[in-house]
Amino acid sequence: MLDLYRPGTSPLHSLSPGPKILVMMAAGTALFLVESLPLVLGALLLTLALYRLAGLTLGDALVQLRPLAPIFVIFLALQYWLSGPVLAAFVVLRLAALILLASLVTLTTRASDMIDTITRALALLRPLGVNPAKVGLAISLALRFIPVLGQITTDVREAQKTRGLERSVIATALPVAIRTLKMADDIADAIEARGYDPRA
Amino acid sequence: MIEIETVRLAYGDRTVLHDISLSLTERRIGIIGANGSGKSSFARLLNGLVLPSSGSVRIDGLDTRAKGKEVRRKVGFVFQNPDNQIVFPTVAEDLAFGMKNLRLPKDEIARKTDAILARYDLSDLRDHPAHLLSGGQKQLLAISGVLVMDPAYLVLDEPTTLLDLRNTRRIAAALEALAQTVILATHDLDLLEGFDRVLVFDEGRIVADDTPAAALPFYVERMA
Repeated sequence: MLDLYRPGTSPLHSLSPGPKILVMMAAGTALFLVESLPLVLGALLLTLALYRLAGLTLGDALVQLRPLAPIFVIFLALQYWLSGPVLAAFVVLRLAALILLASLVTLTTRASDMIDTITRALALLRPLGVNPAKVGLAISLALRFIPVLGQITTDVREAQKTRGLERSVIATALPVAIRTLKMADDIADAIEARGYDPRA
Repeated sequence: MIEIETVRLAYGDRTVLHDISLSLTERRIGIIGANGSGKSSFARLLNGLVLPSSGSVRIDGLDTRAKGKEVRRKVGFVFQNPDNQIVFPTVAEDLAFGMKNLRLPKDEIARKTDAILARYDLSDLRDHPAHLLSGGQKQLLAISGVLVMDPAYLVLDEPTTLLDLRNTRRIAAALEALAQTVILATHDLDLLEGFDRVLVFDEGRIVADDTPAAALPFYVERMA
């Protein structure tokens, strides 16, 4: 969700996040209930067809799977050794279909729309003391500041490297923690300055 | 009009602003001073981010202590580091944040988002991840995020400190074109060209309050 969203005008882009999340949850559960390789293969092909419907390419789909390639290899090898080639293929294809389906939701849904939907759904928990707006803002902030924290860590690492401290965890962790806390204060001020009301 | 009446601001034992009283009625007001002189604290008083330890700050008659929410609606604030001001992952989402806080309807949010993106030549970046923008684009986004809330006053705390010359000029041109009252705290004295009034801060006190033609040479000499 950090920068996965691909702008578009496809039916999947137009669909509100609620139904997409529900379909993803239902399909994900169904994938774990079926024990048939052809059905899982069919689900995978259907998911890839949905990528086309969303104006995305096979390459876009493969990019979603690439970070998990080592896990696929481990699963494939382990299942092949324990249960044979059919079950190994079944497990890996099922995992791939699940990941592609979840990625498709994030690729076709703006983070703000997703957060709005989650916030609305959390309104049901208001009687339990949950403040949906606060949770929504927390998710937004997490999505926004993960790359910023990554940049801060890189900056501090480079600075410590010039001082010969690249191997010291404390020399990196401490300045990062201090800068992050200072940044958190500034962000809180900025949110307040832009009219955010935590009681809303 | 902004009215500041015998304001003192202290953090614990440390007094950062001493008995300041003045009225601000001009359209372009500059605030200058050395690091730690109190200019950022003064700027933060103006939209209620910081409340005075004693005395009062009133914006068009609204006391920042009693009417904080209304004051923040009237006074937009732009911080030095835009990275800390942009709170949503993409450009359009961040622009919508302030407007959602004002409870504006969706179609109005969309219309104002389109208008401000076009105004600052950012339309192509509508769905762009905020963390991948250049420094100048981030600061323009931060300013835009405040302007879409239609404040009557815009307070900026060193908005060009982290920018190169080209982007500094871009921000200066953007500020010059604004209809709002602009109150700008800065170390860049060139930005104050054409301003109506300049306040010079030193050790928590206003040591000069004059036109740029008089205040800037005074400040430069004091810093020598």
